Amino acid sequence: MDLAAAVLLQAVAGVATLLIVSLGLAVIFGMMRVINLAHGEFLMLGGYATVLSVRAGASVWLGILVIAPAVVGAVGFVVERLLIRHLYGRMVDTMLATWGLSLALIGGVTMLFGDSVSGFSAPFGSVPIGRFRISGYSLFLIAMAGVLVLGTWLVLRFTRAGLIARGTMQNPDVAATLGVSPARVYAVTFTAGAALSGLAGGLIAPVSGVLPTMGTAYIAKAFITVITGGAAILAGTLSASALLGTVSTVATFLTTPVFGEVVLLIVAIVLLRLLPRGITGRFLRRAL
Amino acid sequence: MAGPQTLARRQAPRDRAWMASGAAVLLGVVAAVVLPQVLELFALINATVFVSMAVLALSLALVWGFGGILCFGQAAFFGLGGYAYAVAALNFSDTTFAVPVALLVATAAAAVLGYIMFFGRISDVYVGVITLTVTLILFNFANSTAGDEWRIGAAPLGGFNGIPSTPLLNVPGEPGAGLAPEAIFRIAVIALAICYAIARLVLRSRFGRVVVAIKENELRAELLGYDVRLYKLGVFSIGGCMAGLAGVLFANCVFVSPTMFSLSYSAQVIIWVMVGGLGTLVGPILGCILLQMLTTWAGTLRDINPNVILGVILMAVVLAVPRGLLPSGIALLARFRRGPPR
Repeated sequence: MDLAAAVLLQAVAGVATLLIVSLGLAVIFGMMRVINLAHGEFLMLGGYATVLSVRAGASVWLGILVIAPAVVGAVGFVVERLLIRHLYGRMVDTMLATWGLSLALIGGVTMLFGDSVSGFSAPFGSVPIGRFRISGYSLFLIAMAGVLVLGTWLVLRFTRAGLIARGTMQNPDVAATLGVSPARVYAVTFTAGAALSGLAGGLIAPVSGVLPTMGTAYIAKAFITVITGGAAILAGTLSASALLGTVSTVATFLTTPVFGEVVLLIVAIVLLRLLPRGITGRFLRRAL
Repeated sequence: MAGPQTLARRQAPRDRAWMASGAAVLLGVVAAVVLPQVLELFALINATVFVSMAVLALSLALVWGFGGILCFGQAAFFGLGGYAYAVAALNFSDTTFAVPVALLVATAAAAVLGYIMFFGRISDVYVGVITLTVTLILFNFANSTAGDEWRIGAAPLGGFNGIPSTPLLNVPGEPGAGLAPEAIFRIAVIALAICYAIARLVLRSRFGRVVVAIKENELRAELLGYDVRLYKLGVFSIGGCMAGLAGVLFANCVFVSPTMFSLSYSAQVIIWVMVGGLGTLVGPILGCILLQMLTTWAGTLRDINPNVILGVILMAVVLAVPRGLLPSGIALLARFRRGPPR
């Protein structure tokens, strides 16, 4: 009984991590059809922003919840101006350009901070569940995933900005005739997506440790989750991370972490073979 | 993307493909004879690595530039070729049959993956995601094969360390007579020339024309009665075979290890093709050799990380010369020759 509860919580935490890590990418892909291959490096920058501010004496919460998203959001704003803006509508080219950005960021951060792992210990300690203990921080991650999904949903569904964003996503030309500037909507969306990635980087920093190449461990998983999810930003990412996260946690529990990762990837391939347009290409098509 | 180029090439006289192929082989033979006498041993081994990578770049140039299939996992077939070669060579203790085994494994892997994708009607970015995913699976798997229980016959897979004892090519049929680095360099250069010739001739054939037609307009080709899935599968398998050969050559100058499956190789091939010129065959080869020389040089700089240079180049090329160096260079030259517009 205790074991079942512990494994279940572990699986939910896995799902939450996948969701947190993918959300920024999903917002940018879903809204702008831009696949941001520098997403992993945005996570990494968020991690570094947090670590550096903690070292400078800021509180952990300030670092994770404020500084990381602010710094990476600013980076995202600049990147959109200099790089992404010139490549709208050219999906492959944006992928290649952001790949270049990712390499440059990895190289640049290695030059600045060196090639070693830094980090800080996770707050909250551990919580007992019968005979087992689970780290309090994973419970916090689960809560944060809920808050992020709910927040994104509320913004998209109920605010004027969300309405404009959804309208531009559906048909930029009509939005432009109605007096909305798609370029500005895209700029804001990209900045928001980058800020979400930065927040995600801050959130996972205590668990994963921070080093220049940490993004590469997450980019593939996030990328696969978003594509498997399909066109709907929230429903797609939520369903894909629920499925893939559970499968990989259970497989990890039964075998080894490496095999858990392999099972995640195999499930994603089978799923894409069956549903070539992602989960929300077939189900929940009208969802957000 | 590079549509007009491929169309223009199609209107060229038919025999140009034969002439270009012959010239390439001739050039390969000349390079194979001359370069080993000029270069020192270290430079020669480095050059062999460059040439094996050029074969890899050529394979993606064919699959992506002419087949229109954006494959993010060309490194998968590259690594599979290398591993199959090493395992077969260690088991036979002779490399005569290891090379065909390696090519067969790489081709078969490409055929199976291509069947799953193209007959499942998966296209565009989704092909990219699936090929990338497969490469990651292989990378994870190869990394976890440390320890004695992971061996195929006489060959330990070695996990993260790979197989440092990868045997070098020997004279066919004589296991004792290993080849010197000079000979391996010659084989690599001639293999590159032959691959180029094969690619040219494939594109000149009826099959190749249909492949290019599908890239230009898939729907139209389909409505004209061609089975798009089969042609894509065909060109993808040929590309897989070439990438496998590149893996064999690479195994002969470095050794096989999980890094062959790594994201950085998959990324680099795409960069080479893009920088050299998508939709050409010579461009990616030049791009590959040029960028590798640049990376090697950047590696000797102490203050700048080579990734920064590669990344900046990639961004600059996408923004400034999206068609790649070779096509842009040719266009510039043509404008220069025509003189100013009247």
